[in-house]
Amino acid sequence: MNKKTLERWSPWILLVITLLVWEVLCRAFSVSEFVFPSPSRIWQQFLEFKEVIAGHAWRTFWVTMAGFGIAIVVGVLLGFVIGSSRLAYAAVYPLMTAFNALPKAAFVPILVVWFGIGIGPAILTAFLISFFPIMVNIATGLATLEPELEDVLRVLGAKRWDVLVKVGLPRSMPYFYGSLKVAITLAFVGTTVSEMTAANEGIGYLLISAGSAMQMGLAFAGLVVVGAMAMVMYELFSYVEKHTTGWAHRGSQGE
Amino acid sequence: MSQDAFVDFQNVWLAYNDALLAQNHFAVEDINLQVRQGEFIAIVGPSGCGKSTFMKLTTGLKMPSKGRILVDGQPVTGPLKISGMAFQAPSLLPWRTTLNNVLLPLEIVEPYRSNFKQKKDEYVARARKLLQTVGLGGYEDKYPWQLSGGMQQRASICRALIHEPKMLLLDEPFGALDAFTREELWCTLRDLWTEQRFNVILVTHDLRESVFLADTVYVMSKGPGRFVVKREIDLPRPRDLEVTYTPEFTNIVHELRGHIGAMRKSGAVINQ
Repeated sequence: MNKKTLERWSPWILLVITLLVWEVLCRAFSVSEFVFPSPSRIWQQFLEFKEVIAGHAWRTFWVTMAGFGIAIVVGVLLGFVIGSSRLAYAAVYPLMTAFNALPKAAFVPILVVWFGIGIGPAILTAFLISFFPIMVNIATGLATLEPELEDVLRVLGAKRWDVLVKVGLPRSMPYFYGSLKVAITLAFVGTTVSEMTAANEGIGYLLISAGSAMQMGLAFAGLVVVGAMAMVMYELFSYVEKHTTGWAHRGSQGE
Repeated sequence: MSQDAFVDFQNVWLAYNDALLAQNHFAVEDINLQVRQGEFIAIVGPSGCGKSTFMKLTTGLKMPSKGRILVDGQPVTGPLKISGMAFQAPSLLPWRTTLNNVLLPLEIVEPYRSNFKQKKDEYVARARKLLQTVGLGGYEDKYPWQLSGGMQQRASICRALIHEPKMLLLDEPFGALDAFTREELWCTLRDLWTEQRFNVILVTHDLRESVFLADTVYVMSKGPGRFVVKREIDLPRPRDLEVTYTPEFTNIVHELRGHIGAMRKSGAVINQ
């Protein structure tokens, strides 16, 4: 096996090794499945409850995507505004940073009061937790413009809008895709956390109910499913990024 | 002389803001300059002497605090679309091909902007031709990061010329290139200018470059930024790179070097 194939398969190899060690340890010390289930037990329960898990997973998935969709729209718009105006940047940025420091899980009880138990709090938690990186990255991309290039364009009579559309937006695209990868994983966190206290469906709800019924295998299976969904979405955006903004990832010289 | 000047600076002073103006602290002082239509001038001087400020004044990106600037008989009141600019950094857009980078000004400046879609084929042909003249034929569809530094700078100059400006402003355009590439680009610029006869204002601190290319070299002093010497370069045209090895050429370079050396000494005393 040459170096490149080894590199490509390395995450899978590491995963298999981890699972093996886990399985061996559980068996060797006969750890109770109510404390820490072995991978084989998790797999067993996964198969046993696969329809239930699939239902909850689908719910978590679309709720997350809805929140993420709102986050993209709001994040891009806000990022555009604060990235294109110094005044807006100065005014909005400190407030946004303070907001970002708040734990989003703390919003869930408030959202429940406003929207009741169900999809409302979950979508909004996913949105709240994931729009910030998108906004910051769009704003950063827009705000970093070389003064020379600005002169070249301004002397031709370019308006702010021209500079934003021709230079700012394309330049911020790599930042944007980069932020999507971060944001989608955060959105899954938001949905799951919210579902744990404020829903009767979704992986978060499954985790809580499986935990209280001492079905640890099922709870772990739920965790694995959220992780897998987040990873697939991450890889998807990573793929899109590479194929749309390849210019940013090649060894560019000078500019 | 003053009537038929293409660029006419009349007692121009510039302070960067009102506070500096109140303190009588000017970036450039008492600039008087007349440039003929189609003349190639070079401005040399120590770094930080206001050469780039001078460029911003000429293109209307900055307004003078005192005095008057006329270009083509008209007072300068805002950004001058008849000018093209290129800098030391090529600052090409990495997501556009070389061809599309060169076309960028036509998407922005009138009258090309309004009919860019209809006449795109014509403009593309024009850009290709221009790229060919500077030796970038065959590289039109490459991205800037696939080109060498010298090629990027050629493309940057094409971008400055695509809308057929009457005035080309170059701010140390060859400063970042190696000596051989730099001399190649001197010749490219010489040929473009010989053919199209736009006005050139070249800001540089390479004295050989200024003497080889320009009709007139102005030496600028630092703090305050003033023109202290005007030197007509009477070397016959067309000039070949060989000319840079003649005693006449060396004498002029030496003379200019003397002015700058003298200035640096006295400047150091004033600045203390």
